[in-house]
Amino acid sequence: METVLAPLVGILVAASVYLMLARNLIRFLFGLVLLSNAANLTIFIAGGLTPAMPPLVPEGLARPAEVVANALPQALVLTAIVIGFGLLAFALVLVYRGYRVLGTLDSDAMRFAEPDEIAPDTSRSEGRVP
Amino acid sequence: MSWLLSLPIVLPFAMAILAFLFRANGRSGRWLSIGGSVLLLAAAVGLMIAVLQRGVIAAQMGGWPAPFGITLVADLLSAVMVVITAIIGLAVAIYALADIDARREALGYHVLFQVLLAGVSGAFLTGDLFNLYVWFEVMLIASFGLLVLGGDKEQLDGGIKYVALNLVSTAMFLSGIGMLYGLTGTLNMADLHLAVRDVENTGLLTVIAVLFIVAFGVKAAVFPLFFWLPASYHTPPVAISAIFAGLLTKVGVYALIRMFTMVFTQDIGYTHGLLLAIAVLTMITGVLGAAAQNEFRKILSFHIVSQIGYMVLGLALYTPLALVGAVFYLVHHIIVKANLFLVSGIAKRLTGSFNLAAVGGLYKSSPLLAVLFLVPAFSLAGFPPLSGFWAKFLLVKASLDIGAYLVAGTALLVGILTVFSMTKIWAEVFWKPHPEDVAPALRLVERGNLTALLVPVTGLAVMTVMIGFFPEPFIGFAERAAAQLLDPTGYVTAVLGASP
Repeated sequence: METVLAPLVGILVAASVYLMLARNLIRFLFGLVLLSNAANLTIFIAGGLTPAMPPLVPEGLARPAEVVANALPQALVLTAIVIGFGLLAFALVLVYRGYRVLGTLDSDAMRFAEPDEIAPDTSRSEGRVP
Repeated sequence: MSWLLSLPIVLPFAMAILAFLFRANGRSGRWLSIGGSVLLLAAAVGLMIAVLQRGVIAAQMGGWPAPFGITLVADLLSAVMVVITAIIGLAVAIYALADIDARREALGYHVLFQVLLAGVSGAFLTGDLFNLYVWFEVMLIASFGLLVLGGDKEQLDGGIKYVALNLVSTAMFLSGIGMLYGLTGTLNMADLHLAVRDVENTGLLTVIAVLFIVAFGVKAAVFPLFFWLPASYHTPPVAISAIFAGLLTKVGVYALIRMFTMVFTQDIGYTHGLLLAIAVLTMITGVLGAAAQNEFRKILSFHIVSQIGYMVLGLALYTPLALVGAVFYLVHHIIVKANLFLVSGIAKRLTGSFNLAAVGGLYKSSPLLAVLFLVPAFSLAGFPPLSGFWAKFLLVKASLDIGAYLVAGTALLVGILTVFSMTKIWAEVFWKPHPEDVAPALRLVERGNLTALLVPVTGLAVMTVMIGFFPEPFIGFAERAAAQLLDPTGYVTAVLGASP
């Protein structure tokens, strides 16, 4: 199973890097989604994939009756998925708001916080699109 | 013990909930914010006293025994970072009375501010790597909110870059955690300290270490990864800039120090050598970037980058004295840098701009503000007898001791270039006459606002001077903290019990 999933992580990371190198912020966001999924898969694989029973303790026993799967990586991945989902939702809304207010999705054109000119007479409050 | 450790996290969260419930009620949020910060400070001081008396203290959350549950730990470094967080939180909460407009308050400024403090305290106190990730996220999401709160064009622009690069770093951090867990089977930091000794595949461990350098390096804004910082820190209101400048990057530095004294010490030649190169390049690029800027807060932002280099340098040299310097530098820098941002806000209020060319005349019209700028500015540059002098002195001495003359020379040169930047601000903002011939005096600010602006600035300046004139107890403290870092036996025993 690892031999299938490990290259998959590699492919996901490669695709996400390709997407994140784009100037278009929507592509960047898609890259981010892939990257966070790749990270989640990494935890999952690194935790060790074994065909085992779910970690349930039968009634009346103090410990599981047979060898069970390690539940911790799954718990970690679950937490990471939830947090990642929240962050990505925020990022998506932010980019959308940025598109509405700044009028562009091209990261090269976003020069409002850092105007091109270094000349001291630039007025900070009025950014411009080159 | 566990309440003492969880208070600095629980208190701000409670305040955040209260502030959220009362957010429609005009001004009550600001008093909740100040009250919460005072309580946080009290809790932090209580924690500090306990740590000073009893050594490292640890508590298992939920009662699960150590390597399995989530552990909160406070050694001297954690405790002092929590205290300094509370101090800066209080200073900024007071300053915000005059700086944050009603619109941003109604949007939930106080809620996010308290959540940010909770996230930062949590990151300093946790003894579990995955829990550290969670606190990083709490801190990040609060900082995202604060950064874009209000939705100005510059804020959104800076915010997008800040969010994007920090999310990439988060993914790296998460992958690093996953691989480290796969290799060692534990994520408890004290347990990791023991478990990495048994790892046979040390090469893989070094790869993971580098992954952590990249992840924390983005948060700490070190050399090739700092671009988000000068792109965003000058865009939000000054109070928000100041708390970011004081605390956020330092959480990254703290995490680096923690991981690279506690866990990744098996191949110091490589990892700490890499950190040394990063530190030197960070110092130089930061200070050169600052020299090219003509906006008050952008200059200060680039200086954050440059100063981060000094702290990483202390870690990278990895001698007892260098770590003393790093701890001392952390504390000194947080106070000074937050203060400089607060001063920049007052200067903007008086003169109408952050642009150095459009302002001036403050020395003549507001000499008090000039003094309040000079104290942190000279401290930042490392003038004796202010706190920055001792911080730099310790680091330069540490690098000379091990014969790293190039590093020592760079540290001194960067200090001189810092003076250049501070002199530039001094000459433009304070010395030269105002281009439009207005005389911006402090008394022109409404009295209530003036108090709210000057009290935190003066308080932080007094602390800088105090540390400068009486460095002995602070250096003594930093020595004890560094000794705990270099020999984590006490930490491990406190977390895991006396067995190993």
